[in-house]
Amino acid sequence: MGIVQFLSDLLPETIPYWALVLLGAGIAFAIIIAFVSVVAIFSVWLERKVAGHIQSRLGPMYVGGWHGWAQSIADGIKLILKEDVILTDADRPLFKLAPCIVLGTALAAFVAVPFAPGVVPADINLGVFFIVAVSSLTTIGVLMAGWGSNNKWSLYGAMREAAQVASYEIPLGLSLMMPVMYFGSFSLSQASEMQAGWGGLHWYIFSDSFWIAIPSFVLFFTAALAETKRAPFDLPESESELVAGFHTEYSGIRFSFFFMEEYAAMYLMSAIGTALWFGGWNFPGLYLLEGTALFTPLAIAVFVVKSMFLVFVMMWVRWTVPRIRIDQVMALGYKYLTPIGLFLVLVASVWEYIKFSMMGV
Amino acid sequence: MGEILSFWFFATLSVGCALLSLFHKNVVHSAFALMGTLVGVAGLFLLLGADFLAMTQILVYAGGILILILFGLMLTRPEPEERKLGRIWGGIGILGAGTLLFVERVGDKPWFVQAKDLASPEPTVREIGLELLRRDSWLFAFEFASIILLAALVAAAFIARRRFNREEIE
Repeated sequence: MGIVQFLSDLLPETIPYWALVLLGAGIAFAIIIAFVSVVAIFSVWLERKVAGHIQSRLGPMYVGGWHGWAQSIADGIKLILKEDVILTDADRPLFKLAPCIVLGTALAAFVAVPFAPGVVPADINLGVFFIVAVSSLTTIGVLMAGWGSNNKWSLYGAMREAAQVASYEIPLGLSLMMPVMYFGSFSLSQASEMQAGWGGLHWYIFSDSFWIAIPSFVLFFTAALAETKRAPFDLPESESELVAGFHTEYSGIRFSFFFMEEYAAMYLMSAIGTALWFGGWNFPGLYLLEGTALFTPLAIAVFVVKSMFLVFVMMWVRWTVPRIRIDQVMALGYKYLTPIGLFLVLVASVWEYIKFSMMGV
Repeated sequence: MGEILSFWFFATLSVGCALLSLFHKNVVHSAFALMGTLVGVAGLFLLLGADFLAMTQILVYAGGILILILFGLMLTRPEPEERKLGRIWGGIGILGAGTLLFVERVGDKPWFVQAKDLASPEPTVREIGLELLRRDSWLFAFEFASIILLAALVAAAFIARRRFNREEIE
């Protein structure tokens, strides 16, 4: 049931339809932005703890009491209260618009994430394709920030980001083709439904196509790291070379928009990985609760925990693998990942065809 | 009603951004305004039920071609005098001629198509895939176009690569 339908049942009939559409969009937006903020606040804290423990430190320990849980909330309040600096030589309209576009596209992509059966803001048939397409718009916002800052390092960072993201979209798209072929659908919620079962054996990564699923997931995860500008591919903001890359000149709330976008994009990529490879909201034994009131909250919890685990793996990689050079990034993308992706698509299509025609699965 | 609202939103977005990119003095701003046009057109495609086309429009044009245009502008330092009004009038002339040709060709077709239900557009991927890969359909044209594009890609790589003289290396 769509949110507009729900509202029209709830509210008196005198309210015009366009007001319902706007109201529904506003409510969906509020829920998504609240969710993304909470994910970002939690991820920042987690990132600091993970970084600390990997480097034999403790990370934040004081703010809030237990293991510094309120540290990123305090940081968020600090960022909101800070002075909003706009350079006199900056390209003002672009400088102001860039953070909105960057965060807006990341939020728009959340529309297609399936959290539980029926709990998806908009069940788009082309969910996978929609998320990849909308995320690619982030690059334009980053270029806008780099150009608008009127700063050499910002522009270099933006250029690197655009080149890197445009290149890694190819292996990312190719790696998504394997699960799409297996499920026969671009829809993320349909993919999650097809992985339902009493155990975990219906998840794509444990299915009869597991020998294609595992390399395709490695390909997807590598491309996703590059796509979200995470280490070892964090060249757009590599602090030892470019100060802070495209967001060097940003401060206060505008800077926090870029920060939120990074964590939102990480969560988004992890959500795609969860929905396609790791069974979405399915978990061994969860089917027993189907039909009860507990099922939907538990399914949402399973989905969020699974995707947060993938976010944790991204952080783990960041503090384990050193940053690579820009030419190595490009070489990895074009000379290794793209051919591997094309080869996997070929193998997967032959395998799915054999399965379909000979075994009738 | 929601469809009409969305139509006016996307139509205003695409036409407004197109005018902005046409008349803005700053070339980089013009290129960024093009993003609004491309996204607006994608929204119009979506309203007509062409979901795959809309996503491809965003992915290829806004996420790929526009970035190439921006790269070209940012790396070449465009001259301010290039934005002469004469060129814009030339463009308007070409646009007028194009419109006349368009009206002559498809003017008698129905203009106002009923917008599809936004909540559940019919998926078009399956039909597009079957049409492109069936032998009695568009298979030849599809493969021919991919060969031409591959040839263009190889040629571009050949032109752009660095050439070494044998003597220089030795």
